[in-house]
Amino acid sequence: MTVQDNTSRHHVEGLLRANEERILTRWVEISNEPLRGRAVEVGTLEELREIYHAFLRSLDGADGADGASELRGLLAELSRSRARRGFTPRETAVAVFGLKEAIYEVVEADGDVDGLRGFIWLSRTIDDLGLYTFESFSTAREKIIIDQTEQLLELSTPVVKLWDGILAVPLVGTLDSARTQVVMEKLLQTLVDTGSEYAVIDITGVPAVDTEVAQHLLKTVMAARLMGASCVISGIRPQIAHTIVTLGIEFGDIVTKATLADALAYTLKQSGVEVASRKRTRVAVRAEEA
Amino acid sequence: MDRVPILKIGDILLVSIQGDLDDQAVLTLQEDLAERVVATSAAGVIIDITAVEIVDSFVGRMLSTIAGMSRMLDAETIVVGMRPAVAITLVELGLSLGGLRTALDLEKGIALLSRHSAAFSAAGL
Repeated sequence: MTVQDNTSRHHVEGLLRANEERILTRWVEISNEPLRGRAVEVGTLEELREIYHAFLRSLDGADGADGASELRGLLAELSRSRARRGFTPRETAVAVFGLKEAIYEVVEADGDVDGLRGFIWLSRTIDDLGLYTFESFSTAREKIIIDQTEQLLELSTPVVKLWDGILAVPLVGTLDSARTQVVMEKLLQTLVDTGSEYAVIDITGVPAVDTEVAQHLLKTVMAARLMGASCVISGIRPQIAHTIVTLGIEFGDIVTKATLADALAYTLKQSGVEVASRKRTRVAVRAEEA
Repeated sequence: MDRVPILKIGDILLVSIQGDLDDQAVLTLQEDLAERVVATSAAGVIIDITAVEIVDSFVGRMLSTIAGMSRMLDAETIVVGMRPAVAITLVELGLSLGGLRTALDLEKGIALLSRHSAAFSAAGL
C-alpha cells in the first residue's frame, strides 16, 4: 500500500467519523426508499447504526479479523431477517449499497481529491460486503425453501386409523417419487405397528393422475399386498376415471371405489363388521302421582 | 450354514427364517420343505420372514418357487411378517410375487390358512 493510499484512507475514515449522523440518516432514507408504502419498522435506524459502527471498527483494524467477522455476522443477520420477512433481493442489497451513496454525498461535499480517491477504495470494500449480503440472503432463502419442502412432506402424508384394522391415507397434492416413497414407508410401517389388514388410499386431493402417478400407486398397493394387507383406492373423480381409462392404465384386481365412504363400507364388510342403523325406539317416562 | 428348522403344528408346517439366507441355504430349504410336505401331508406352509432384513431377487424367487411347489403338493403357502423395507425392495425389483399369499403376522397367517381349509372342506373337497 502506498503512502498516498494510506492518506486517502485516513481522510475518508475521518470523514466517516465526523459525519456519522448525516451519513446514517441518509443511509436509512436510501435503504427505505424501495420499501415506501409498506409497513417498515423504525428499527432500521438502530440496525444500520450497529452495522455502521461495526464497519468503522473493521476499517480501524484493517488486518485484525475481529471487526470484519463482527460486521459479517451483522450483515448475515440482516439478510437472514429480511429473507424471512419476504423482502426482495433488491431491497436487501440496497440496504448495503445505499451506504456507498450516502458516503459519496459527504465526500463530494468535502470536495477533497484525497477523499475521492479514498472513496474508490471504500466502495470496493462495500461492494464486497454487498456481495456477501446477497450470498447470505440467497442462502437464507434456500434454507427456507428446503425447510418448507420438508414440512410439506410431513404435513401432507398422514396415516389415519378409520376402524380397528382399517387405515386410511388421504393423499393431497401431486404424487412424485419422493412423496410416494414417504407415503409408502409410512403406510407400511403403520400397517405393521397397528396390525391392520386393510388400507384405503384416498386420492380425492390428487389433482391429476398420469401414468407415473398410477405407477406409484400400484407400487404402494403391491408392497402392502406383499406384507399381507389389502389396499382399496378411493376418491376417484369422474375426470380421473376418464383419464385412467384413456391412458390405458391397468389397475388389475385392485379394488377401487368412488368415495372414501364406499371404501370404508367395503373394508368393514370384508373384515366382517356389520353396520346396521338403529331402530328408532321411543321411551316414554311418566311420573306416577302418588 | 446350518439348516433352517421346519416345525410341524397340526397340519401346518412352520418355517421361521432367522437372519439372512445365502443361496445354498435357500436351495437346501426348498428340498427339505418339499420332502417334509410329502412326508407329513401338510395342508399348509407358513414361512415367517420377520427376521429377514435383506432380500435379493434370488430370495424373492425362492418364495415363489416354494409356493408353487407346495401348491403342486396340495399345500397352501403363506408368507408372514414381511418388513416394510423388504416389501419395498421386492416391488422395486419388479417381483410382485403373484400367487403368493401373505399375512401381517403369524397369527393372521394361521387364521387365513384355517379359513382357507374350512372353505375347502365346506366345498366337500
